[in-house]
Amino acid sequence: MSFLEVTSAGIATSVQDSGRFGLQRYGLVPSGAMDRLSLAAANALVGNAPFAAAIEVGPQGAIFTASGGPLRVAVTGGTRAADVNGHGRRMYCSLSLADGEQLTLGAARDGVFGYVAIEGGIKGEPMFGSLSVNARAGIGSPLPRPLKTGDRLDVGTASPDVRERVLSLPSGQRTAIRVLMGPQDDEFGEACKIFLESEWRISSSSDRMGYRLEGPKLSHPHGHNIVSDGTVDGSIQVSGNGQPIVLMKDRGTTGGYPKIATVITADLSRLSQMRFGRPFSFEAVSMEDAQSAACAFRKLIDALPGMVHDIV
Amino acid sequence: MTALSPPRILPSGDAALTVEFGHFIDLQTNRRVLGLDRVLMQEKIDGVSETVPTYRSLLVHYDPTRIGFAALSKRILSLAESGAVEARTVRRWRVPVVYGGACGIDLDDVARAHDISTGELIARHSAGDYLVAMIGFTPGFAYLSGLDPSLATPRRASPRAHTPAGTISIGGVQACVQCLAAPSGWHLLGRTPIRTFLPRRDPVFLMEPGDAVTFEAIKASEFERLDRAAERGESVAELIVR
Repeated sequence: MSFLEVTSAGIATSVQDSGRFGLQRYGLVPSGAMDRLSLAAANALVGNAPFAAAIEVGPQGAIFTASGGPLRVAVTGGTRAADVNGHGRRMYCSLSLADGEQLTLGAARDGVFGYVAIEGGIKGEPMFGSLSVNARAGIGSPLPRPLKTGDRLDVGTASPDVRERVLSLPSGQRTAIRVLMGPQDDEFGEACKIFLESEWRISSSSDRMGYRLEGPKLSHPHGHNIVSDGTVDGSIQVSGNGQPIVLMKDRGTTGGYPKIATVITADLSRLSQMRFGRPFSFEAVSMEDAQSAACAFRKLIDALPGMVHDIV
Repeated sequence: MTALSPPRILPSGDAALTVEFGHFIDLQTNRRVLGLDRVLMQEKIDGVSETVPTYRSLLVHYDPTRIGFAALSKRILSLAESGAVEARTVRRWRVPVVYGGACGIDLDDVARAHDISTGELIARHSAGDYLVAMIGFTPGFAYLSGLDPSLATPRRASPRAHTPAGTISIGGVQACVQCLAAPSGWHLLGRTPIRTFLPRRDPVFLMEPGDAVTFEAIKASEFERLDRAAERGESVAELIVR
C-alpha cells in the first residue's frame, strides 16, 4: 500500500481528471483539469492513461509526503520550484519518492496550475466515470472537496527498475488567445471591435468557475439580460457591468448573460495558465481554423507517450 | 397553424453549437427545444456527446475531431425541419412545500405586491401545472414554466448572496425548484425537503427536462420528517406516471 500525504495543501489544490460528461442537462458541469495538456503530460511521464486522475496544485504551491512503498510521480504545468527533501528537481521529469520523502512545490513563477501525476494513479470511487472534484456540487473522490493539509491519498506503487523519464513539449510562439465569435456577438455591435482590439488582464479574483477580465467595459446596446441558454468551457459572457468573464471548468451549465465569443478548445489550456495580471489579447479565427486546431491539439495529446524519453 | 420558422444554428466555440428556436420564454418554443432534444437522443449522431435543453435553445456538445460544424448543422436542421416529435411518457411530480415563515421569507411581500392574501398566493402557486423547461445553473436546479401570469414578479433589485437548499421561488414569469444553496435574486415563497440532486442516491437526479410538476402545501411540522427521509435517499416527492 502506498499513500501520498498532503503535508501542506495550499489553495485550490484538488484531484482532477478529464471530468464527467453527459450530465449538463441536469445542471452538473463536467469539471476536470483546467489544463488538460499538462495533465496528459504528467500522466505520460509516469505511464498512466492521458486523463487519469492527478493532483491539480493551485498557484501557491503544496507539500506532499510519500508513505509506504516507493512512488513515482511527475510534476508539470506552470513553472515552479520543485524539490525532494531539499534537493532541487526538474519539472517534466519522472521522479521516485521513497517512504517518508517530501516533495515540495513552490509558488507558480509562471502559469497558475501545476499537476502531480502518480504512477498507478489515485484510488477512488468514480462518479459518472470521474474522480474530479466539484466543490460546489459536493462531489469528487476520494474526497468530495479540494485537498486539505492532513489528507492522505491511496495511490499506486512505483514499478521497480524503471528508468526515470523526461518530456519536452514543443514551445508555442503564440501569445494571443484565439476565439470564435458568438453565439451572441450580434448583441454587441461596436463592442466586438473593442473586445478584439483591446489588451486584457485576468483579475486575481478568478477561479475554476471563471476568469474575470480587466479591460474596457463592453456595452450591449440591447440590454444585458438574455433568456438563459447553455454555456461551454471558454464561453466569454459579459455581465451587467460590462466586465467579461471567461467561463472555466466549474462554470454554471446555463447562464443569462450574452456571450460575445468562445475561446477555442486548443487554447483553453494556455488560457487557464495565463498569469493573472499579464496583458494579452484575443484573436478571432474561422470555424475551419478552430476545428483544425482542435484536431491538432488532440493529436499532440495522443503523441505525448511517444515523446517521453528515458533519462540516460 | 402557421408554419414554424426553422431554428438558427449559432457556433458556441468549436465543440458545441446552439440551436436557437426563439429569444423568449414561451411554451411552444420550449416544446420545440425538448422535441429536438428527444430526436437527437434517438438519432445518436456519431460525435455528439451531450445536449442541454433550455427555454429557447438546445446546446449540442460534439467532438470536432469526429464531426465538423457544417456537417452537424446540416444534419440537425434537417432533423428539426422534419419536426417529428415523438410523444413521450409525461412524468408528473407532486412536490411538497412549506410556504412562508422562515421557509419562505418573501411570501408576505409578494402577496402584498399583487394585492392578494398569502392564502391566495399559496393557492395560485400550488395550483399551477408546471413543466420542467430546463435544468441548469447548479445541479438539479429545475426552471419551471407555467407560473400563473398574475403572479409574475420582477426579480429583486439586489440578489441575495445565499438562499437555502430546497428553495421554492419565483422570478419574473419563472418558477423553480432549487436543490443546492446558491445566490439568488428571486422571491422565496417556500422550501421543499426533496433533493432533485443527491450524489449517493440512485437515481442521482430526480427530474428530467420535460417532466410535469405540481406543488402541495405541507405543514412546517412535517418538514423535518420528510427532510430526514430525503437525506436517506427517499424521493419524498410523489411521482405520478401518466
